Amino acid sequence: MVEYDPVLYSRILTGVTLGFHTIFATLGVGIPLLIALAEWIGIKRNDLHYHVLARRWTRGYIISVAVGVVTGTAISLQLSLLWPNFMEAAGHTIALPLFLETFAFFFEAIFLGIYLYTWDRFKSKYAHFLLLLPVFIGGGASAFFISTVNAFMNSPIGFNYENGILTNVNPIMAMFNPATPTKVTHVLASSYLTASFILAMIAAFSILRGRDHVYHKKALKLSMTVALAFAISTALIGDLSGKYLAQYQPEKLAAAEWHFETEKGATLIFAGSLDENNKVNRAIEIPYALSILAHGIPGAEVIGLEEFPVEDWPPLVVHYYFDWMVTIGMFLALVAFIYFCMQYRKKWNEFNKPLLSAIIVGGPLAMLAIEAGWFMAEQGRQPWIIRGVMRTAEAATTSNHVDTMLILFILLYLVLAISIVIVLKRVFKASPLEKELKKQGIE
Amino acid sequence: MSYELLGITVLWTFLYGYVIVASIDFGAGFFNYYTTITGKGPIVHKVINRYLSPVWEVTNVFLVFFYVGLLGFFPSVAYYYGTTLLIPGSIATILLCIRGSYYAFHHYGPKKATWTQFLYGATGLFIPASLSTVLTISEGGYINVSNGNVSLDYGKLFTSFYSWSVIILAIVSVLYISACFLTYYAHKAGDTEAFDILRKYALSWSLPTILASFLVFLSISHHNWEHFSRMLDLSWMFILSSLFFLGAVYLIWKKQRLGLSFIFVMLQYAFAFSGYGAAHLPYLLYPYLSIYDGFTNEAMAIALIITFVAGLLLLIPSLILLMRLFVFSNQYVQGKK
Repeated sequence: MVEYDPVLYSRILTGVTLGFHTIFATLGVGIPLLIALAEWIGIKRNDLHYHVLARRWTRGYIISVAVGVVTGTAISLQLSLLWPNFMEAAGHTIALPLFLETFAFFFEAIFLGIYLYTWDRFKSKYAHFLLLLPVFIGGGASAFFISTVNAFMNSPIGFNYENGILTNVNPIMAMFNPATPTKVTHVLASSYLTASFILAMIAAFSILRGRDHVYHKKALKLSMTVALAFAISTALIGDLSGKYLAQYQPEKLAAAEWHFETEKGATLIFAGSLDENNKVNRAIEIPYALSILAHGIPGAEVIGLEEFPVEDWPPLVVHYYFDWMVTIGMFLALVAFIYFCMQYRKKWNEFNKPLLSAIIVGGPLAMLAIEAGWFMAEQGRQPWIIRGVMRTAEAATTSNHVDTMLILFILLYLVLAISIVIVLKRVFKASPLEKELKKQGIE
Repeated sequence: MSYELLGITVLWTFLYGYVIVASIDFGAGFFNYYTTITGKGPIVHKVINRYLSPVWEVTNVFLVFFYVGLLGFFPSVAYYYGTTLLIPGSIATILLCIRGSYYAFHHYGPKKATWTQFLYGATGLFIPASLSTVLTISEGGYINVSNGNVSLDYGKLFTSFYSWSVIILAIVSVLYISACFLTYYAHKAGDTEAFDILRKYALSWSLPTILASFLVFLSISHHNWEHFSRMLDLSWMFILSSLFFLGAVYLIWKKQRLGLSFIFVMLQYAFAFSGYGAAHLPYLLYPYLSIYDGFTNEAMAIALIITFVAGLLLLIPSLILLMRLFVFSNQYVQGKK
């Protein structure tokens, strides 16, 4: 029998909720961009295929939004229920973006409601398209604000903290802390990347199954173009995130890289395993790459974990999360690039089986990279909940029954996950593409 | 007006907004299911769905908004309520999740199943019941504080007369508010069949509403005399509330000016709710936490107030647009758009 530890169960429950919510939050932020592009291209080129594309994407999107909304409500309530001490401190220091986030969400919800029910209500087609902009902006702003809160937990500034008393709070400074620029842009870019790969996956799957309607090809082209743009930007911002970490959270970078000793010209370690003396075995080593990642110069000095007391080390498993995230990111960029080249050269056929398969695999992998990235971000901050200010163990609830709640919530998410798959299947089975194209007066 | 008072007034107003819009939604879910099993479903579903579908998400935001605002203005609330409410809070959260997602699954999915309607209807009654326990707890007497640890006394909570009277009032109010609104909405849609059914619901839930309110009055006088006596000082608010109640029921009875009747319902609750709230002050959690010792720092308070004003400037026009397109557009309501 494991002894009841509210801190451990609170961590697991928060992890489960966030891990589940992230899937829908990522799609919720990313997909409106693609819908907007589809609707806009449809109006511009007077191409009804794009119009139908926007409609069909919206139909799937709204169902994932619903789960995103309810799990978002769950995580916001759980923050107080599981981390009351953290929320008390957060209320004093970083409540501003939390509050702003609800406004952004409010704004988004209102216009999404309008957008959904006004497809044929306005005379000008642009009027309906314009209604999506607040949804897109609201979703992006929500991600922006909530990421600043996470950034604050990693690099808390904008207050003085002495003997348990907070003074000199500056909410704006707390919001725009050193971690904010890279954190926010990385979250946004990777959301657009993941959303476009998920939609590309659907199109590629249809083409591979032999449905060679030009509609699917248009869908694939649009989503893969967006994917390429954001694969590149996600990678570039990821590189800047490494530089941020090296300067402000060197222990996190060191743990992710199993970099124990401070040295110049540091080697980047990929994969591998650790023995009981923290010696790295069977890893791929890339000379100087860590120094380049950390400071942009091959000879630069990178701080190792040895400079921190062992009890402040993040769990070393984050190395694998980091590797997963980076590897998948590279894979996605490569697939998008190959697609772009093959599509560009008319002689080449971009609808070949290996490439389509790679795109299909890319969808779930992109989501896995999002999960890996968040696991790396959250576990890499341990043992702190607010780095250097409050330890995770001090922040948790002391209540009994967190374990029971954990079971209840896992059941809830399982039921929701199964239901959403069934419902999505039914939605698209009930209105096949051919029927919808006919309804819109094409073919 | 002090920042503390300003903060709590704003939040209370939002909570009131949530009570109204959520009640309409919760009750609609119940009537939706109830009419399905009694065979009157087809008559009223159209009215209910035409209203609910574009606004369900907005309803949810009101709650989150109140809650996040409360944490921002009064961070100590997180400590006291967060620790004690683990179980009721988690259960309410799970119910909200089930309700929101199954509404969407049911509504946007092609197949309409009775069991999703059941989930939607049942959660509509359980959520207000579980959320109302927060107000019950705020009266004090249900929380133990020892060695810096706070915990909820479940035995006391579940055996308390006051606690049950609040739950009854919450459920009955949900059905009453919702029926009154839907009566008005059906009237606007020109759907006489639905109107007759919904009007009957509105009238039959009116007497229980007023009885449940008296029950709460009675039990609060036993439970927290201090609060009750401050409520007596504000008795004019409760008298006004009762008058609006009578006015609303009269208009629905007479089938006259139904828009005004729903405004009366809103005023009935506005006065009762603010009377209750004002008498509750300065306590957020009697007697441990008042708005003065749980308040945030000045810099944060100013930032939040500025945000709030700026946010309203953005939201109010958007909400008006939503209302004009769906709730107050005759053509939409009548199904012509």
